[in-house]
Amino acid sequence: MLKKTLLLAALASVAFAGTAMARDQIRIVGSSTVFPFTTATAEQFGKGGKFKTPIVESTGTGGGFKLFCGGVGVGHPDMTGASRAMTKGEFESCKKAGVDGITEVKIGYDGIVFANSKANKPSQLTKEQLFLALAHKVPKDGKLVDNPYTTWNQIDPKLANKKIEILGPPPTSGTRDAFIELVMEEACKSFKEIEALKADKKAHKAACSAFREDGIFIEAGENDNLIVQKLVANPAAYGIFGFSFLDQNTDKVQGAEINGVAPTFDNIASGKYSVSRPLFVYAKNQHASVVPGMKEFLGELTSTKAAGNDGYLSSKGLIPLPAADLKKVRDASLALTPLSM
Amino acid sequence: MTDIAQIDFRPRAISVVLASDEGQRRIQRRYAAERRFRLYGIGAIGLAIAFLVLMLGTVLSNGMTAFWQTHVRLDITFDKELLDPDGKGDRATLEQADYAALIRAALGREFPDVSGRSDRRDLFELVSGGATFELRRMLLDDPSLLGRTVPVWLTSSDEVDMLIKGVFDRTEPEAARKIKDKQIKWVDALAAKGAVERQFHTTFFTAGDSREPEQAGIWGGFVGSVYTLGLTLLLCLPIGVLAAVYLEEFAPKNRWTDLIEVNINNLAAVPSIVFGLLGLAVFLGFFGLPRSAPLVGGMVLALIVLPTIIIAGRAALKAVPPSIREAALGVGASRQQAVWHHVLPLAMPGVMTGSIIGMAHALGETAPLLMIGMVAFVVDIPTGPTSPATVLPVQVFMWADSPERAFVEKTSAAIIVLLVLLGLMNAAAIYLRKKFERRW
Repeated sequence: MLKKTLLLAALASVAFAGTAMARDQIRIVGSSTVFPFTTATAEQFGKGGKFKTPIVESTGTGGGFKLFCGGVGVGHPDMTGASRAMTKGEFESCKKAGVDGITEVKIGYDGIVFANSKANKPSQLTKEQLFLALAHKVPKDGKLVDNPYTTWNQIDPKLANKKIEILGPPPTSGTRDAFIELVMEEACKSFKEIEALKADKKAHKAACSAFREDGIFIEAGENDNLIVQKLVANPAAYGIFGFSFLDQNTDKVQGAEINGVAPTFDNIASGKYSVSRPLFVYAKNQHASVVPGMKEFLGELTSTKAAGNDGYLSSKGLIPLPAADLKKVRDASLALTPLSM
Repeated sequence: MTDIAQIDFRPRAISVVLASDEGQRRIQRRYAAERRFRLYGIGAIGLAIAFLVLMLGTVLSNGMTAFWQTHVRLDITFDKELLDPDGKGDRATLEQADYAALIRAALGREFPDVSGRSDRRDLFELVSGGATFELRRMLLDDPSLLGRTVPVWLTSSDEVDMLIKGVFDRTEPEAARKIKDKQIKWVDALAAKGAVERQFHTTFFTAGDSREPEQAGIWGGFVGSVYTLGLTLLLCLPIGVLAAVYLEEFAPKNRWTDLIEVNINNLAAVPSIVFGLLGLAVFLGFFGLPRSAPLVGGMVLALIVLPTIIIAGRAALKAVPPSIREAALGVGASRQQAVWHHVLPLAMPGVMTGSIIGMAHALGETAPLLMIGMVAFVVDIPTGPTSPATVLPVQVFMWADSPERAFVEKTSAAIIVLLVLLGLMNAAAIYLRKKFERRW
């Protein structure tokens, strides 16, 4: 028994010795949308041979900021990926924890697609039609009522007489936040019944962002692959997910044209397809002198061979920044220009 | 005196009932109920087997192909001019050299009429991005190759692999698949010469994780699992056995031990994510142990497995007949001697079985590891219990979440490996039980 106690004590001391050591490996957390890009960069960076391959965790945008803003020191991550810009509140909480000097790196864009199985016809929809299909409350005869639409042709007689069935991400997802911002809130503006609520900010926001809960919109989890598989199994259904999953499954699913623009690589890159959002990586400047390779990693991330037009990230589905913007981002991030708010 | 043989000893009621139509019907109904019950039972087993076959069938049919990877044969010239222009010939130069240029040159010789930047790039995409590292390793292992031309089988890209395996449909229009028409033409030209072949995919068993499906392997996850489970076993076997021995053999039976017993039974049913949260708060938050480390993973999994081991251990101790203890005590052994020399060795097969089943359970856990950062992209093979690592089921989870089509078969292949390991562990449990089990 004594021997075993000793063994446990020895184990515990090994563990504490482990934490006391400095970290020689970059740690990245954050958005699951940015994850494929940070991991690809991390792998290439590690293959360079000078530094260890960074460890990348997929925690979601919000969870990433929470960990990132947890404090300074090797126990906290060095970078976080985000599928939206950092909010002022997050910036403040970072500051409170002593995280001073954050470099913001915009790595490119991601499109959000509204897609269905290739077994069915491609669709053309407007943001307003999407809002009417998805919102919890919709305007009807001058009043806001619980969403009564169950088939597409009830929304617009020109649409097919088919049941509405939409699979999408849960509220914790950055994709859902972005979809609400880029589609739902945009569409909101064209309904005077909702505009009338503007005085009551909370009610207005709720009316614009609440998804229906009557089983027509189904939360399919954060796994976009699963949504693609479900669309194939059920050709009548539509799904909301990131462009990279459409890009990898063009033989199975097709993206709907939104306001007359199809979700193609070129349309998203040129800004014509409006349901797209910038992707960011945030780095902690205070760690640059402690953790080896931070600057070099930001260099790799913003290099033309990664984030450029023909870079390896674009073959993973990232929509690259225009060359001039990329150069600006690269210069700013290599100089570790701190973000101010 | 009456003749005994003439008396009908059967109770009248039964014989009457049996003879009547009503009785016959009831008997028939009873037989029918019996048959129906058996059919329900067979049906239940049949359904369970059907689900199992369906699951194994899908996993096997999806995953078996991942153990073979398409390779492309190219005549690679280890050109001195390209690799070592200054003629130094030392290792550092060869390590830094541009091996992609060798592949480009070889492809250029194979398809001399391909010109234009984008066409050449498409051509280069036929081979995996990892092929340059394969060439580097070859040359570093055998520097005499420098200046010679040898045929080399290089790993193809995942797109070519998917085409050869028939996952990508050639008849689809070009826009609807990830591989271009001209690339298919080139692959067909190579295949016609016998330069395209499916070979056993050793990389899958030797590499760590990768974003490129053809370079991704399970070795990193496997090593992580070994470290994590090793620590789990190291922690929970002694603690579990000691707890079981004390509770079963020494502890007084009172309200406190009852309370402990109830709690242990309850702990066995607590959802594993709760242990993950505990690990995050205590091991990472309070003790400040490193994130993503097998050390913390092992500790959290030990908490999950402990109740199982204690319960199994107590059951095994209980099954040892009291006569063994009494005999030991009777010849003058102390209680501790009786337990350590006689009872525990006899109970060991049961303890081992319980532990192995508990460990098999731990091998498949991902939820608690999510909280302590072991669900992460880790490329380097872990080197110790504090270096960042993932485990096999996490690898399955991460690949299932990747957009590239070739990861579908990798996911299933990793599941096959995981199932084989689980099968081996359970087989070991059965073997130990059969070998050491004693019947009284």
